[in-house]
Amino acid sequence: MSAVTAELREGSEAIADAMVAAGCRFFSGYPMTPFTEVLEHMAAKLPGVGGTCMNAESELEAVGMAWGAAATGTPSATGSTGQGLSLMQESLAELCLARIPLVVLNMARAQGDYWQATRGPGHGDARMPVLAPMDVPEAAELVALAFHLAATWRSPILLFGDYYLAHTSSSVAAEARELGPVPVDDWSLNGSTSGSGRARLLSPLGTTKRNERGGYDLAQHYSNCAAQTDEMLAGIGPMMESAFTDDADVVVVAFGTPAKYVRAAVARLRAEGARVGFARPITLLPFPSAAVAAAVEGARAVAVYENNTGQMVDDVRLAIEGRVPVQFIGRLSLDGSGFGIAPDLDSGYLRERIQGVLDG
Amino acid sequence: MSDTIRTRGTVVIDVEMCKGCDLCIDACPPRVLEMTVHEVNSRGYRYPQLVPGCTGCQACAWICPDFCFQVYKYDTPLELPA
Amino acid sequence: MADRYLSTDVAPSEGARLVDDFTPTLLDVGEHSLCPGCGEPIAMRAVLEAIEEIGATSRAIGVFGIGCYTAFSNNLDVEVLQALHGRAPSLATGVKRAKPDTLVITVQGDGDMVNEGLQEVLHTAARGERVTCFMLDNGVFGETGGHMTATTALGQRTKNTLDGRDAEQHGFPIRVSALIAELDGAAYVARGAVNNAGNVARTKKMIRKALEVQEAGLGFSFVEILTMCPTGWFVDTTEAPDYLTSTLAPVHAPGVLKDVTA
Repeated sequence: MSAVTAELREGSEAIADAMVAAGCRFFSGYPMTPFTEVLEHMAAKLPGVGGTCMNAESELEAVGMAWGAAATGTPSATGSTGQGLSLMQESLAELCLARIPLVVLNMARAQGDYWQATRGPGHGDARMPVLAPMDVPEAAELVALAFHLAATWRSPILLFGDYYLAHTSSSVAAEARELGPVPVDDWSLNGSTSGSGRARLLSPLGTTKRNERGGYDLAQHYSNCAAQTDEMLAGIGPMMESAFTDDADVVVVAFGTPAKYVRAAVARLRAEGARVGFARPITLLPFPSAAVAAAVEGARAVAVYENNTGQMVDDVRLAIEGRVPVQFIGRLSLDGSGFGIAPDLDSGYLRERIQGVLDG
Repeated sequence: MSDTIRTRGTVVIDVEMCKGCDLCIDACPPRVLEMTVHEVNSRGYRYPQLVPGCTGCQACAWICPDFCFQVYKYDTPLELPA
Repeated sequence: MADRYLSTDVAPSEGARLVDDFTPTLLDVGEHSLCPGCGEPIAMRAVLEAIEEIGATSRAIGVFGIGCYTAFSNNLDVEVLQALHGRAPSLATGVKRAKPDTLVITVQGDGDMVNEGLQEVLHTAARGERVTCFMLDNGVFGETGGHMTATTALGQRTKNTLDGRDAEQHGFPIRVSALIAELDGAAYVARGAVNNAGNVARTKKMIRKALEVQEAGLGFSFVEILTMCPTGWFVDTTEAPDYLTSTLAPVHAPGVLKDVTA
């Protein structure tokens, strides 16, 4: 059995290391809490591996530069926090239409960006897959998966992180994760097809050139993109973690870092004899609807905990389709800075909230 | 005074591409292009015609927004009836 | 008299050589739906010929903005990366940083570059990115119908300044070439025009120089090309060249504003 080397890393640095290990050679960003440290680490690490880290003049240019680098076939990433992601939304939606791989980090402040993440990427009908780690080791794994999915499906992929992930230090495996081959790159730009009679085009407006069938046809292109999105969503297996759901009366659903606290509260209640179960969507898109529905079968109530005014609860209700009543037991929980430190993430508090549902 | 005009070049004009903008008329330094008056191409635009005196300078090709001109230079200039 | 006119439908069979073909080599299809008398195809021809003349064809990548000229984005034998309105410079930055051996240009209009994307081009120039931005300046947002942009001249009549641009109501035009020339990262900044053959020839020289500056790694290069828009200017195609001279050129004067090699 080969030994795994583990290193203690603060989350921002672990994420940066994971990106470099996954082959990322271009990163661009604009400082904003709690994303800033990822930018700092990438600026420190990329030059040493022949990569480039750019300080962009705003989040609009951060996603733009990453778009340009990604278009050359260079594994690229960008990120911000929720407000910065808002600025990037037009570009993210158009990147989906141009079919350009890109890893995007939302180092979010609490969980109020769930709708932005899953009802994104922006305007139009595109879908951007979303991965939501609950702790630093999982974040490092999901970074590797994000780059793999981006290259496999030629799509932006969002990693939903937060303040806790950025600033918690944890033991992380140092080795790069091997996820298998990705499709051959037959689309990226490097100048070499210019003058060949078949120069490549990367455009959100379509793939057909004027001298083939007359050029752009947006109706056809959007239809093609929709079909490709369907293929992508079917091809990405939805991921969910669950525990104690077989005989649960009440199932608690949560995502991201708060989910780790919820899981601990559920485990303690279970140890005391309560018939309570736990489900944690890991892919927020594609949402693990079938898994959620299966996990709550036989339960009399579903409780959704999240640090916002109720967002993922909608998707849980949609997944369950009315078979079991769903209640929202989360709320806004922020300290005075608003950066995402939640006073509610305390096992005593969470136990009480869940107990309230058990007592029915 | 000569009855002939030294003509150093000539053009081929794709009249169907022409949109009748007339830019070539003023752009031509020896002014050897004249727009038709009544004749139009299949899209309804008048188009340029060539009289003797072309120098093969390519001004028409450079200024035409619709890529209507091919320009040739004669190996030996012709003397054409004025 | 019909006899005056020479035959122009077939090439001379002998004794002559072709000096200029219908379309530049790097343009796929010559036919387009831009207006009669539009200056943008003239500028595109000059750019495409320059790329070929400096021998950079198989390293060239064009990043396009959004405007009437976007019609060319899928019509070139040059690799094209289509950007959003105003955003070509940031994409060009990413391309060139990832692939420094390519020749990276942007093609943008004045509305795209000076309205939506002013921040992008200024920062790209300030950083001295080794890319070349081309701005096709006709003083209007052509594609959406001919409205005022930041480069529209005072007194210029547009769809939303029907009585002429008035400083009191609409403010003053921005001379973006002058702003760029002030930045240390900019190595070559010039303004040309395509309203007559002489200007086309001068502009072509500026375009070549800008590309050579990029190839030499000297910094950011920029050519503003004043183009005719008879539709947006409410003038006849035959009046547009003079209108350019009388209305746009006094504000955005052709010439070389900065050349670090000079």
